[in-house]
Amino acid sequence: MDRYRDNPDAIAALVRDTEVHKDCYIDPEVFALEMQHLFANTWVYVGHASQVPRPGDYFATTVGDQPVVMVRHTDQSIKVLYNRCAHKGVKVAPDGCGSTGKFFRCPYHAWTYRTDGKLLSIPLKKGYENTGFEACEASTGLAAVGAVHTYRDFVFCRLNPEGIGFEDFFGPSLSTLDNMVDRSPEGRLEVAGGVMRYLHRCNWKMLVDNQTDTCHPMVAHESSAGTAVKVWENAPAGTPKPMAVELFAPFVSPYEFFENMGIRVWPNGHGHTGVSDSIHAAYSPAPGYWESMVAAYGEERAKAILGDVRHNTVYFPNIMVKGPIQTLRIFRPLAADRTLVESWTFRLVGAPDLLLERTLMYNRLVNAPTSVVGHDDLEMYERAQQGLASRGSQWVNVGRLFDSAEKSQDEAVTNGTNEWQMRSQMRAWVRFMTAGMREGVAA
Amino acid sequence: MSTVSPTDQQLIDFVLDEAALLDDLRFDDWLALFTEDGHYWMPLAHGQTDPRLHASLLYEDRLLLEVRIERLRGARTFSQQPVSRCHHLLQVPRVTARDDAAGLYTCRTAFHYTETRQDEQALYAGWATHELVRQADGALRIRLKRVDLVNCDAAFGNMQLFM
Repeated sequence: MDRYRDNPDAIAALVRDTEVHKDCYIDPEVFALEMQHLFANTWVYVGHASQVPRPGDYFATTVGDQPVVMVRHTDQSIKVLYNRCAHKGVKVAPDGCGSTGKFFRCPYHAWTYRTDGKLLSIPLKKGYENTGFEACEASTGLAAVGAVHTYRDFVFCRLNPEGIGFEDFFGPSLSTLDNMVDRSPEGRLEVAGGVMRYLHRCNWKMLVDNQTDTCHPMVAHESSAGTAVKVWENAPAGTPKPMAVELFAPFVSPYEFFENMGIRVWPNGHGHTGVSDSIHAAYSPAPGYWESMVAAYGEERAKAILGDVRHNTVYFPNIMVKGPIQTLRIFRPLAADRTLVESWTFRLVGAPDLLLERTLMYNRLVNAPTSVVGHDDLEMYERAQQGLASRGSQWVNVGRLFDSAEKSQDEAVTNGTNEWQMRSQMRAWVRFMTAGMREGVAA
Repeated sequence: MSTVSPTDQQLIDFVLDEAALLDDLRFDDWLALFTEDGHYWMPLAHGQTDPRLHASLLYEDRLLLEVRIERLRGARTFSQQPVSRCHHLLQVPRVTARDDAAGLYTCRTAFHYTETRQDEQALYAGWATHELVRQADGALRIRLKRVDLVNCDAAFGNMQLFM
């Protein structure tokens, strides 16, 4: 029996000031409604322009549970189309990157489409004469998503044709993408180094929550990062500190470090940890990098760019960006209890290779299915997914440092261990889940 | 210094014994098989040549291998309670390169590898390439163990032990 469909009051009741109902994480109906509403009403990351440099280049992926293809059109603009032949529904582009030339050709019956989705040709087209084909949905070609916006080469889409605008949705949070791009002396990023894909048997929101959960590293990662520090302490005096230790060690910083680094909360569920300091603040310099940044931006501005060491920026609903190490992680929802995590890495065009090497090492040590840090986290998510089935309690607690005044405050900088960001995400969740369900209620 | 070169059978036995140490969870003895500059590499791409500027599943030097092994026996390593077990099923290794003068040897071994976690077990298939070095005392050591999975670019769940 549907309990939540067309029932915005029931959905809103899942989120209290300091508690989130377990159905948000384990209920298949809630998950289906997230795919239908949340992932259609919000701006969701699709891909990066460097993945489709030339006309005809495409990247086939998903937005929520929808197969889409991002493609460079002949006029150089980037289109996002539903990856579904108008004829029988076959995905016209295979998953991943490729080049389709001037048109998509369905591999089943050879219907062809321009790279803006318009139907180009059908074999034996005469067979459709006087059949009323022009009035059929099929005649319009590959459907486009509701809206597409490319910001500094990051491509986002909103599946619904109507809804909140791109700038209104992201607002000041775009400064994290700005900072990551500005770290290139040429102001340009390229996807580089391959993508790490890691399957999780838990709800996608557990991963989103974890991005700004600063009370877990010193506990859950004692086994990995803590061990790395201990092993390193046994190295002979004078041994240069390896890059791996430099990357691992900050994970087991004390609570005080995480409290002081701060969290910034923005409207619509976006926010970031690491306002005044972060685990990425004390990496060794890459030879030649500072000089090229000063040449490109001048000393003052270069200092400001590199001094902004934000830790994890959540772009609601389902990506996280790390500017200082050029990483973007996507938490792809597969089912209420299944998530595919993709970790993408970027080359700062014009910067030393050492920075890409560090980014890739971080990704390998922390985000891989072979990562000891990842093993720590996944164990906790999966135990939570199982534990939430318990009838012992209905609610997940997100009340740390709650102050009711925050509900009327869109933007703030607060203690780094505040769960405000998690609460803010769930307030946005209710808003974008229920937008359009009630007459006259806009997101 | 020994000038006696290992026979093919000795090289093959070395590779088989190495897998047996992993199956017995004797990780300290296993780590001792690596040279000081030894690496354990599991590429993320087919035919990958660069471990630095392309992502890998693993590219561990001795320090990182030691961290991994220490972690496996840590009291707060919750993802290893209870510990995982593993099983290597190897095809007979082939000696694919031999340089007796330099004391350098390469073996390639097709394998099926099984890793358990509580009631579940995962099966992986691939090829292991061992670059071996003859030491001054005649003993063999691993300079590089490269593990190429047949589906290295797939999405995976946890892999916690060594293939």
